[in-house]
Amino acid sequence: MDCQLDIYFLEAILNGLLLAGLLALLALGLNLIFGVIDVVWICYAELVMIGMYGIHYAYKGGAPFLLAALFGIALVALAGIVLHQLVIRPVLESAPINQLLVTGGVLFFLQAAATMTFGIDFKNLGLRPGSVLFADMSFSYSRIITFGVALVAMLLLWLFLSRTYIGIAIRAISQDRAIMPLMGVDQRRIYLVTSGIGGGLAGLAAALMVLQYDIYPQIGLQFGPLIFMICVLGGLGSMIGGFIAAFIISEFIAVGGSCFATEWGYAIAFLFFMVVIFIRPQGLFGGRS
Amino acid sequence: MKRVSPATLIGILALLALPFIVRTFFGGSEKYYLHLLIQILIWSFIYTGWSLMGRFGLTSLGHGAFTGLGAYTVVLLWNYAGLTPWLGIPIGIVIAVIVALLVGYPCFHMRITGHYFALLTLALSEFVRLCIVGLRDYTGGSLGTQPKRYGDGLSLYAIQFEPDRVLAYYIALAMWAAGLYIWWRVARSMDRYALDAASQDEEAAASVGINVTREKLKITAISAAMCAFGGATYAQYQMYIGPETIAGLGVSLNIVFACIAGGLWVMLGPTVGAVFTQVLSETLRVTIQSSAALQSILGSAVLALDTMIYGLLLILFIIYMPKGILGTLLERQEKARPSPPARDRLPAEAP
Repeated sequence: MDCQLDIYFLEAILNGLLLAGLLALLALGLNLIFGVIDVVWICYAELVMIGMYGIHYAYKGGAPFLLAALFGIALVALAGIVLHQLVIRPVLESAPINQLLVTGGVLFFLQAAATMTFGIDFKNLGLRPGSVLFADMSFSYSRIITFGVALVAMLLLWLFLSRTYIGIAIRAISQDRAIMPLMGVDQRRIYLVTSGIGGGLAGLAAALMVLQYDIYPQIGLQFGPLIFMICVLGGLGSMIGGFIAAFIISEFIAVGGSCFATEWGYAIAFLFFMVVIFIRPQGLFGGRS
Repeated sequence: MKRVSPATLIGILALLALPFIVRTFFGGSEKYYLHLLIQILIWSFIYTGWSLMGRFGLTSLGHGAFTGLGAYTVVLLWNYAGLTPWLGIPIGIVIAVIVALLVGYPCFHMRITGHYFALLTLALSEFVRLCIVGLRDYTGGSLGTQPKRYGDGLSLYAIQFEPDRVLAYYIALAMWAAGLYIWWRVARSMDRYALDAASQDEEAAASVGINVTREKLKITAISAAMCAFGGATYAQYQMYIGPETIAGLGVSLNIVFACIAGGLWVMLGPTVGAVFTQVLSETLRVTIQSSAALQSILGSAVLALDTMIYGLLLILFIIYMPKGILGTLLERQEKARPSPPARDRLPAEAP
């Protein structure tokens, strides 16, 4: 398709905005975990994949969609807690890069386990909510729902982090890891809660993604690198930055994808990411000294 | 190397004689075993190249980009320009080194380290893979491509040697030995002390007059060149390249993990990692293929079993054995011995 300033171009831009909601939600969980525990879960997108399978089987097993979605969120929240207890805790004191790589092992494990358990074929719920036509442009309902739910989730998380005791403790610990235990905050409990919330956000993203995407064991590879990129670009730990970065990246993908081919949209986004990080290593909105 | 210990000598002779040992004992499946050995040697070379950077805390997830650039440059120049790999391989290496320096310079200049360095190089991996897929008119996209066979597939001009496995084995062996030599030279150089210092405290290293950026760029260039050469050799031997098999994040992660499994801080660590990972996946594959019971339980999904065990082992390695198989073994040996020979031993620094 040629790149012209016509209605299709506008459609691509708006679809990019809708995609940004989902990517921002995905980046949010990872961002929270990084900000608080100082660990990057390379396998974050694989947790989303597990959630998608969980929702798929719950729904096919007869549960209504909302119940299946809740099941998925709980499942991934639990997976996050288990991941923290079994894998992250033993390496909390070792070199940062080992913490990153150990979750890479989890990535391989989860992907292969999913292939063995669920097979390599594409699965979908058969739920396609249709699309809305507006001035010759079409937007699928699932994308609009995703965008709305992602915004609400971000708002709720923000309220939780700024209004509740444990939320404030979480933010405090991300600002000064050493002093908080002295102030009587149980670091281990905070870490577990954070891992649970991070997992729950991945589960929520999974619930939204099953409406739009087919499920297959490698789906994590499609989203994983994008999510890391958005987190770093927005400034690890900055939620607003994460949202704006998600918007920029998804515009590159949507517009680049509609002007050229999909891969080129992604490739340009990765190139842009590298250039920005060279200029501002702390990310667009990060406050790293 | 003034003193060559008897054990080393026996090892070298054994490696040279290996094709004939294989022929004597496994005559029927000689090709298969040689193929396995060649794979191990080529990947060992690539892993060794990565470990040159990795041991100094420069954990790159971008080396899949360099193997991919090396492999695709050679094959595309051969297929579309008819350029012999004798020129194609150096061009591939130069391109990889230029890309490495273009990414490395701003990274090192802006002091991008740790998570940020890993995630940035991860983006490089993906960028190169996406470019390969995007240029599908030339590269065959995600299906991959093959170098055109020259004559009967055995040619000095086209550097094609796939049909003659014994020849391929000696080529791979020579390459592997050269890789170890480079590792050894780096380990003995002044640059190594500079990089060791920089990996522990950049500011302090810079304050005693080490040009940290330049030292890091040097090692990055060597490391990228080795990976590009390894990728090109892989393409010439395998006679097939695909974006997932020789470029991208998957390859990068495999490189990193094999090095960690084997041991980053010892010369033969990456080689042990390659032996370990290849033998593990082959053994599992053979076990699974010969076991009707396993197949009937798991069906075609059984092929993922090796990756699952691999992932699990990696987690265990990083948690319980961060120095890798060989690193841990050597450490035990050191402890058991009362007085280690001080000069000839490389200190095993903490990660």
